[in-house]
Amino acid sequence: MTTGQSILSPETMVDEFKKSGVTHIITIPNSETNYLYELMVKEPSFTVVPVAREGETMAIAAGVLIGGKTPVCLIQNTGMFESGDSIRGIALDVGMPIVMVIGYRGYDRHNDTVDSAAYYTEPILHTWGIKFYLVETDEDGPRISKAFAEARRTSRPVAILVGDEFHGFNRPGGGGGG
Amino acid sequence: MMSLHDAVTVLKEHRGDAVVVTCMSAGGAWNRVSDRPERDLPIRPMGKGMNVAFGLALARPDLKVLMLDGDGSLLMNLGTLTSVATQKPENFYHFVMENGVYAITGGQPIPSKDVASFAGFARDAGYAAAYEFDDLEDLSMNIGKVLQEKGPVLINLKVEPVIQNLPPGLRPPARRSWITALREVEAHLNGK
Repeated sequence: MTTGQSILSPETMVDEFKKSGVTHIITIPNSETNYLYELMVKEPSFTVVPVAREGETMAIAAGVLIGGKTPVCLIQNTGMFESGDSIRGIALDVGMPIVMVIGYRGYDRHNDTVDSAAYYTEPILHTWGIKFYLVETDEDGPRISKAFAEARRTSRPVAILVGDEFHGFNRPGGGGGG
Repeated sequence: MMSLHDAVTVLKEHRGDAVVVTCMSAGGAWNRVSDRPERDLPIRPMGKGMNVAFGLALARPDLKVLMLDGDGSLLMNLGTLTSVATQKPENFYHFVMENGVYAITGGQPIPSKDVASFAGFARDAGYAAAYEFDDLEDLSMNIGKVLQEKGPVLINLKVEPVIQNLPPGLRPPARRSWITALREVEAHLNGK
């Protein structure tokens, strides 16, 4: 789909991770991040850690932080729901500066939300008191570095909601119209 | 079958400079024998200790990381065996204290009791090696050699359950909270 609208490119995400000193990316791939995954694997400064279930990501990230490195959890909002007790028991109770990059499945700025995954995402983050940044286009890229700085400053988890499910994160020229 | 106390006492003799991450019953037993609390990391959320230990092993390949897990705890998070096996952390040693029950909630049987093999799970998930010990002398004689192997290695220890029947509010408090311990270990490892 060619719309001429600004999109979020995966290269922006990789550049922002590098600026923030990310060393380990703990992830379950989802439909909006397949090309991003390929870029991350090619980047020598990243260790990509695929896991079997999203709840693993926060606890692995905690271990990486205790070891003095910088992790990021890359999951979908459905995975955030699955991770509830890890977010509570590890990230919030301990005060871990874990940045969670969350694919905002179902979100559409210009249309009604028809997917319950999108419907529950922000209310749950509000309930946990987790600050979040919405990232939809390349122009929003600096919010990613801001989220890492916020997590470090507050010793709390911070979320980045990737609100461009259908455009920027698919392979270039690969029919990335969702 | 070994007593949990005897088994962790043997492990203490072989830990060297390893960071020891614990979860559930193993934590209490370990705390009573360890003399290096600055390198002991108790993780309270059930099933998550192995993830924290795995993350630490990835971040710090210069350290040996021993995970002392419970069998019920591992069952909550079996998929992590495949996550670990994929990354192949050579410094990761995953002990499972198999007592067949949920000891801290009164001793109810775990679902896999007398059915599943934890060493088998690890082997089939792709760990470099997996062992099982049910005899203290055998453990004492061989664990030093196992800890010289390249990880990830799972070591299943058949131990007698230490059942908790006191309600949580009546149990003696820990010497330090797990969050305090975590902060102290983090500071120690990073020279803060």
